[in-house]
Amino acid sequence: MCMQSNFQHAQAAHCESGVTRNLLKSIGVEQITEPLAFGMGAGLFFVYLPLIKINNGPAIAFRNMPGSIFKRTCNSLGIKVTRKKFSSREEAQKLLDKKLDEGYAVGCQVGVYYLPYFPKEYRFHFNAHNLVVFGKKDGKYIISDPIMEQETYMTPYELERVRFAKGALAPRGQLYFAEKKNIITDDIIRQAIKNGIKKNVFDMLRIPGPVAGVKGIAFTGKKIKNWRNKFGLHKAGLYLAQLVRMQEEIGTGGGGFRYIYAAFLQEAYAYLPVDELMRLSHEFTRAGDLWRTAAVQASGIYKGRLGSQEDFNMMGDYLLDIAEIEKKAFKDLSNINRH
Amino acid sequence: MKKDEVPQDLGSLGKITKEVCYVTDDSGKYTTELSNGWNVKTNALDITWEDIEQKVAAAKAKVLNKEASPILFFMEKNVMNIGILSSYAGFFKWQIKRHLKPEIFNKLSTKKLNKYAEVFNVSVDELKTMNVHAE
Repeated sequence: MCMQSNFQHAQAAHCESGVTRNLLKSIGVEQITEPLAFGMGAGLFFVYLPLIKINNGPAIAFRNMPGSIFKRTCNSLGIKVTRKKFSSREEAQKLLDKKLDEGYAVGCQVGVYYLPYFPKEYRFHFNAHNLVVFGKKDGKYIISDPIMEQETYMTPYELERVRFAKGALAPRGQLYFAEKKNIITDDIIRQAIKNGIKKNVFDMLRIPGPVAGVKGIAFTGKKIKNWRNKFGLHKAGLYLAQLVRMQEEIGTGGGGFRYIYAAFLQEAYAYLPVDELMRLSHEFTRAGDLWRTAAVQASGIYKGRLGSQEDFNMMGDYLLDIAEIEKKAFKDLSNINRH
Repeated sequence: MKKDEVPQDLGSLGKITKEVCYVTDDSGKYTTELSNGWNVKTNALDITWEDIEQKVAAAKAKVLNKEASPILFFMEKNVMNIGILSSYAGFFKWQIKRHLKPEIFNKLSTKKLNKYAEVFNVSVDELKTMNVHAE
């Protein structure tokens, strides 16, 4: 038996914006590129939770809650979305099979630890990965993982295992799909762009407390300066490695996200011709470059080439500089919506 | 980042798939480029795994010394903690803490051992002996 939807696999920089773009294409919405999905979905984020440990290291995220990009983008475009979690594994597979039979491509949140095609080095208990199931062939599911160049396959057992991964943000079999939509006009896209910018301005500037958004970046920068004294060089190095892994993980991260956002602002200009967007795109490129420079500094420390307090101060200062650039850029972006 | 600055340091992921990067071309316009990997990132992964390997080795020594059951070894090897293991294996945390004691582990039923074996992707025999071949 071979069922297949209209879905076509395409690789992306980030799993969720890639899944969103690919799912929208499969329902006939052709205009939404990965950067547009990322921007409409307000994909840029930062949070550092100092009291929580992940893999014995700091809990730092450069992304919002899993599912938020898909949800926000579709909502803004007026596309109906169904999302479902399961307590029963049988039910989870039954609904997936039913939707595939009906010709849907179905998004799934999964954990990467048991993903059979991932390299071992990348298999941590990380549960906010996204992929699309879009058919069945020879008893295996056809998988579009936006990180991979080609489509891939999983047995029902393998798919069930990653859909029911455990730990923080356990996906609980979560699946989602979008209903058919006829015409998306430029006006709708323009409005969705404005909505996305507004949400991202809120997430980066206005979430209360010191740990989220640009304040969180500055907070982390200040903390890093104390890491050497507090944890010793070895552990502080591991902490910085974790920061870089979160920043540059598969499906990209902090540095890469800034570039996607900069690309989004350039593409937004086609719908909303305000020169300021092009200037701000440049600012986010600058922030992305600085995130990468910070990663190089961090690697100097965890590889043992650097290690003085001065080196840690410099590392912290990079984050403080980034926070300043992004704060200013988002403030200026908040004025775009007046156009 | 400019298109010609995209790092091409072949890493573990690059052997399986290239990564998409958003980059600017000569005119400053955004486009995409594929990357084989970046040493900065590979090194971050490497030292994280070195740390894990050290924990695994320490756990193995403890098991051989009869201070802990093989579950400790496999838990570290699978980058789990008691919380994650508890939700995968379906035991309470306090049960797992008991099963970490060699004398309790040696009396576990086959059914319970099977649960651990499945979570760790090994046979019951391998679970007991820690004799697993590298993947």
